[in-house]
Amino acid sequence: MPNFEAGKFDVIVVGAGHAGVEAALAAAKMGAKTLVLTINLDMIAFMPCNPSIGGPAKGIVVREIDALGGAMGKVIDKTHIQMRMLNTGKGPAVRALRAQADKVLYQNEMKRLLEEQENLTIHQAVVEELLVEDEKVVGLITQVGAVYRAETVVITTGTFLRGEIIIGDLKYSSGPNNQQPSIKLADSIRNLGFDLVRFKTGTPPRVNSKTVDYSKTEIQPGDDVPRAFSFETTEFIMDQLPCWLTYTSEKTHQIINDNLHLSPMYSGMIKGTGPRYCPSIEDKVVRFSDKPRHQIFLEPEGRNTREVYVQGLSTSLPEHVQRQLIASVPGLEKAEMMRAGYAIEYDAMVPTQLWPTLETKKIKNLYTAGQINGTSGYEEAAGQGLMAGINAALRVLKKEEKVLSRSDAYIGVLIDDLVTKGTNEPYRLLTSRAEYRLLLRHDNADLRLLEMGYTIGLVSQERYDKFVAKKKRVEDELVRLRTLFIKPNETTQELIRSVEGSELKDGIRAADLLKRTEMHYDLVAELAPSEVELSLEEKEQVEIQVKYEGYIEKSLQQVEKLKKMEDKKIPDQLDYDAISGIATEAKQKLKQVRPLSIAQASRISGVNPADISILLIYIEQGKIAKITG
Amino acid sequence: MEFDTIAAISTPLGEGAIAIVRISGANALPIANKIFRSPNQKDLLNQASHTIHYGHLVDPKTNEVVEEVMLSLMKGPKTFTREDVIEINCHGGLVSVNRVLQLILINGARLAEPGEFTKRAFLNGRIDLSQAEAVMDLIRAKTDKAMNVALGQMDGRLSRLIKTLRQALLETLAQVEVNIDYPEYDDVEEMTLPLMIDKCTWVRDEIDKLLITSSQGKILREGLSTAIIGRPNVGKSSLLNSLIQENKAIVTDIAGTTRDIIEEYVNVRGVPLKLVDTAGIRETEDIVERIGVEKSRQVLKEADLLLLVLNNAEQLTEEDLRLFEAIEGMDCIIIINKTDLPTAIDMDEVNRLAGDKRIVTTSLLQEEGVDELEEAIASLFFEGSIEASDLTYVSNARHISLLHLAKATVTDAIEAAHNEVPVDMIQIDVTRTWEILGEIVGDTVEESLIDQLFAQFCLGK
Repeated sequence: MPNFEAGKFDVIVVGAGHAGVEAALAAAKMGAKTLVLTINLDMIAFMPCNPSIGGPAKGIVVREIDALGGAMGKVIDKTHIQMRMLNTGKGPAVRALRAQADKVLYQNEMKRLLEEQENLTIHQAVVEELLVEDEKVVGLITQVGAVYRAETVVITTGTFLRGEIIIGDLKYSSGPNNQQPSIKLADSIRNLGFDLVRFKTGTPPRVNSKTVDYSKTEIQPGDDVPRAFSFETTEFIMDQLPCWLTYTSEKTHQIINDNLHLSPMYSGMIKGTGPRYCPSIEDKVVRFSDKPRHQIFLEPEGRNTREVYVQGLSTSLPEHVQRQLIASVPGLEKAEMMRAGYAIEYDAMVPTQLWPTLETKKIKNLYTAGQINGTSGYEEAAGQGLMAGINAALRVLKKEEKVLSRSDAYIGVLIDDLVTKGTNEPYRLLTSRAEYRLLLRHDNADLRLLEMGYTIGLVSQERYDKFVAKKKRVEDELVRLRTLFIKPNETTQELIRSVEGSELKDGIRAADLLKRTEMHYDLVAELAPSEVELSLEEKEQVEIQVKYEGYIEKSLQQVEKLKKMEDKKIPDQLDYDAISGIATEAKQKLKQVRPLSIAQASRISGVNPADISILLIYIEQGKIAKITG
Repeated sequence: MEFDTIAAISTPLGEGAIAIVRISGANALPIANKIFRSPNQKDLLNQASHTIHYGHLVDPKTNEVVEEVMLSLMKGPKTFTREDVIEINCHGGLVSVNRVLQLILINGARLAEPGEFTKRAFLNGRIDLSQAEAVMDLIRAKTDKAMNVALGQMDGRLSRLIKTLRQALLETLAQVEVNIDYPEYDDVEEMTLPLMIDKCTWVRDEIDKLLITSSQGKILREGLSTAIIGRPNVGKSSLLNSLIQENKAIVTDIAGTTRDIIEEYVNVRGVPLKLVDTAGIRETEDIVERIGVEKSRQVLKEADLLLLVLNNAEQLTEEDLRLFEAIEGMDCIIIINKTDLPTAIDMDEVNRLAGDKRIVTTSLLQEEGVDELEEAIASLFFEGSIEASDLTYVSNARHISLLHLAKATVTDAIEAAHNEVPVDMIQIDVTRTWEILGEIVGDTVEESLIDQLFAQFCLGK
């Protein structure tokens, strides 16, 4: 088939999953002429696994995406069937929202957003080859010979790259959910000299809700207060659908043990590395054999479907065994399986081949984001997609690139982990990966990131003005509470007694009173009324900043130290071999990662403090040489 | 550039009548001011640069006088590191120097890494370009050596205890993390505040026990406890005197034990030795004869190092054989003394009995072979074959200051739990405690928490 010129763009995004849509929307909004190519237009923002968005760490990522001007939060706010705030009994840093999605509505809403976005062209195509000149990407060619030229290209291929589905001893070439896989593009990427690894993930079977006996399960309702991911959402869905909880039985475990030899995980058929945090039911039963039962959550896939996702039963056993498994779970005895669970293997990039902007080190103007970078999860993909889209557009606009640090956002932690440490299994964000998680809260995502979103042009002037006003109200109130004295008069003492606090001996600053465990903003405000009425969100913000001041201060001091090390830049073309004294292993790692700052270098495993000292001295020496030479 | 404040002993250990402890960094003056008391109540913060002050170092917590000192005050940038520098001249004994260093570390300085003063001098522009390479070599060499020494000397028992504490903390952390990251999983026990208090209190008590032994001097002050054994008249006293003369013994009087024991401290090529029960050796010439084999075996067990002296001019006796039995499985150097006399001892037999223990021949009378013996002691020590019954000297100061830090952070955690601060915030202090303890055993594997999470709990969708 002869090639033909099909168009010229600033940014081309390959793939329209959760990474691709954020990349495309961001680039187009920032003014870059953008094209997004997808293998199947009906699969935009498809959720091939669980019908849910958010959760610990991930939910905060969605808030961050929203504060930066991304789409995920707004779309799920419009299309969820249930929303819950998790960890409400714990500290503010770990609270997180999770929504059950109506999968189809979510896709439709996202597709509409793309269609309506100015500067954005959407097209269905299979990309086969990247065009590279002088180690710089210049465009790509599709299956039908269409040649698209572009200044920058963002690849977000998810699990499509040489994807293979495995069920029992059946193995066939496929993308997720029997989509057409992307094979030639994988060859093209490999031929450019990139290192690819083989990862594996999986999904459980789905059953028909009509055939489930819910009387044997426990109901899991959503919260009955309005919740939203986006700071801008004003309409809340209160008509929610519940999920249901059941458990595996002794029989389930028996069936698994009897059929282990048929599992491709144990027969050696699957060679890709799977995630520990997303184990198959076979894995759970084998590794935790003393556990008598495992939880199974039944999650509806939407309002207009009877299909139910069986969370906890991820498996690649043959279909006839899967049927037995389902029948062994209380409530699912007569359940009809609509789709079988499967494992999928795919090619992923070794992410240390990327700069923190997600541009590849080898090929200029080429970016990768999402599952191709070795991550797992819609939110992780979306966060990367957004940053890759932003940086691709900034390159086109000839503006300085943007990198989030570990103290700015979970997205910063995620990307830094990937490009600095790499990953040997599909990477999932966990709150424990963030060393400054007290600063990276659900409630302050806008305070952390909205300014940046505004600067790069993803946040409207109107929204920014509102934010500035909110920020000022919070700051003013903090100042007021920290200076205002509350007298130990009878009104005060009575209020304190009413919440079983100990009476004041002396006057106290309002902020110090608020720090007491039993105190809340509204109580303190009763004694010291504010002239300005604060919104719920603002009150919460004030209360958190006052109550946890000590811990926040501690974290900020650590961040200060980090910043100093981040300010010590390492020149890009540093010849590590020329530095005597750095250990061999450290040299190899440094050459591979090419860290941009001393802070990043010190996070590489295998680089120890002595190596860092030597590196510091070497760099300082260079400066002195320049001055004296 | 800005750095934290560091301190270290700047003179060779145990040698010389006076030792210098140096503090460098922005907090050098405030730290010194906290612990220094001059007769006329000088405030060091108001003193001119490059001045010397006489006074006492006092533990601000207990007001106990630690040392009588001369203190030099030098403000940056006209100092070696170009930072504020305090140099404290104190008595040169191991005991006093270490107490001074300890006091400084507890009051806010960090123990300097090998070569760190020089490194700062360079980074602050004090040393010129030509010296840079040398500094790098120094850091590399010293770090490697320090690592080897630290790892080799680390007492098995202590490192096991620290690892147990860390594992307990890690499991607590994993449990908190799992509660956060998987809030719906029902098989995981919720980490409640009382549980947290229990775990942290246990860890604090264990750290306390370690610190108590250190303040009694068991960890910090003692060198390798060393016993010289042998039949009467083989040259034990000569050996003792020769070690003392060569190495300028420090004689210390430690009160508070059941009887006052005079202990001799010597520094053999950087290895601090405490010569145990040397009074006994002097009086009776024979520890075995005096207290019997069983009892002496017990005494010997408490020693970290044994020096068994044999007589070159006599055949092995029953008693020698019993001594060989007693030293079975212990760190011991065999000394064949009196090589100035004709050899009567059966060397084949000695070799057989000694097994892989090192044998040194000496003539203490003619001062021959002492060098070789000292070299043997040093190499035993630095190659790490000696497992001291408590922490050995070299890394002690660092370990103790880390233990103090760990105690402070775990105490913060306990207090916060009593104040009903949410568990995930207390976690910040617990994590820090875990990291600090990790620095003691040299374990900083970042992934271990996440590994623990998935090994301990069955998680995932």
